[in-house]
Amino acid sequence: MAVSKENPLNQFLIDRIVPIHVGGVDVSFTNSALLMTISIALITLLMVGATWRAALVPGRLQSISEMFYEFIAKMIDDNVGHEGLRYFPFIFTLFMFILFGNLLGMIPYSFTFTSHIIVTFGMAIVIFFGVTVIGIWRHGFHFLTLFVPKGVPIGLMAVVVPIEVLSYLIRPMTLSIRLFANMMAGHTMLAIFAGFVAPLGAFYLVPGLLPIALDFALIFLELLVAVLQAYVFAILTTLYLAEALHLH
Amino acid sequence: MTERDPRAELRDLEKGLNRARQGRDDAGARKPGGAFGGNQSALSLAFRIGLELVVAVVIGVLIGWALDRWLGTRPWGTIVFFFLGVATGMVNVWRAISGMGMAIGYRQRGAPPAQGSGYDDDDD
Repeated sequence: MAVSKENPLNQFLIDRIVPIHVGGVDVSFTNSALLMTISIALITLLMVGATWRAALVPGRLQSISEMFYEFIAKMIDDNVGHEGLRYFPFIFTLFMFILFGNLLGMIPYSFTFTSHIIVTFGMAIVIFFGVTVIGIWRHGFHFLTLFVPKGVPIGLMAVVVPIEVLSYLIRPMTLSIRLFANMMAGHTMLAIFAGFVAPLGAFYLVPGLLPIALDFALIFLELLVAVLQAYVFAILTTLYLAEALHLH
Repeated sequence: MTERDPRAELRDLEKGLNRARQGRDDAGARKPGGAFGGNQSALSLAFRIGLELVVAVVIGVLIGWALDRWLGTRPWGTIVFFFLGVATGMVNVWRAISGMGMAIGYRQRGAPPAQGSGYDDDDD
């Protein structure tokens, strides 16, 4: 991670690896894009490699991919029902992309693309519009009953409906900020404690070991957060989908 | 080297697998929080409460401000939507901590806590 004199936020800087400018628009291939490419390549490699010679008794690689598959399939089946499996490819891709992005970001000197809000917001806004379109497509005008909770007196509707609408509209924000803030906070924390190592170690050996021990423990926490947040993002997507398909 | 009956070998394997599965299920049953439970949930719940409250207010104010610019009703839209945002934030926080199941993303309605995930509040 960061060297002592370095800013702990430097790890989030975007590097233009291959600068490309098309008509005044910066479409450079950045470190963020590189890590996205790597994670997509690794996912593809995992899934293709696992099913290359699919056996009845799976090998290690096949077991891993089947585990991922069954985990997501079960999650959708439990929360949306059987018809939700139509959207399995999207949710599976989403989960794997975020999971690999989070985990690849845990490798020292790499880059965590999920720590950038534009990346998480891009995914969240696609989900938001996608789910809304699916809901309207399925239920038409009836979709609007989503904003009218059952058993609310008519007099309170003027207050309750705007609140429901607003809490629907903030979803892409909460969804994206949750993932981005978790990843950014964790990685900043790691870098800050890493920054304490050299000054304290110069002072005396033992206090220098304390931040190392703390970082060692934090890395496990961060690994947990990396997996957990990918799961949370995926399950919230399935829940939004379930709501659009079944309304209340 | 004795040649064993492959069926007996398979039976042994199945027995072993069942034993392993049972052990795993017991371990899962003992910990209701599952793999993701424990201290992590308290920390992330605290984080989530703050997020819900802040984001609702910010989005509310932004919508009110945009409406004011559009309709030229400054400052009424901002004021109304600010309070609306505060109300939404509070409602969402209340839903999050009480798990009333009134809206999606807070708790699954009717269904028992998510199977397999060992995760009753379907959020972080």
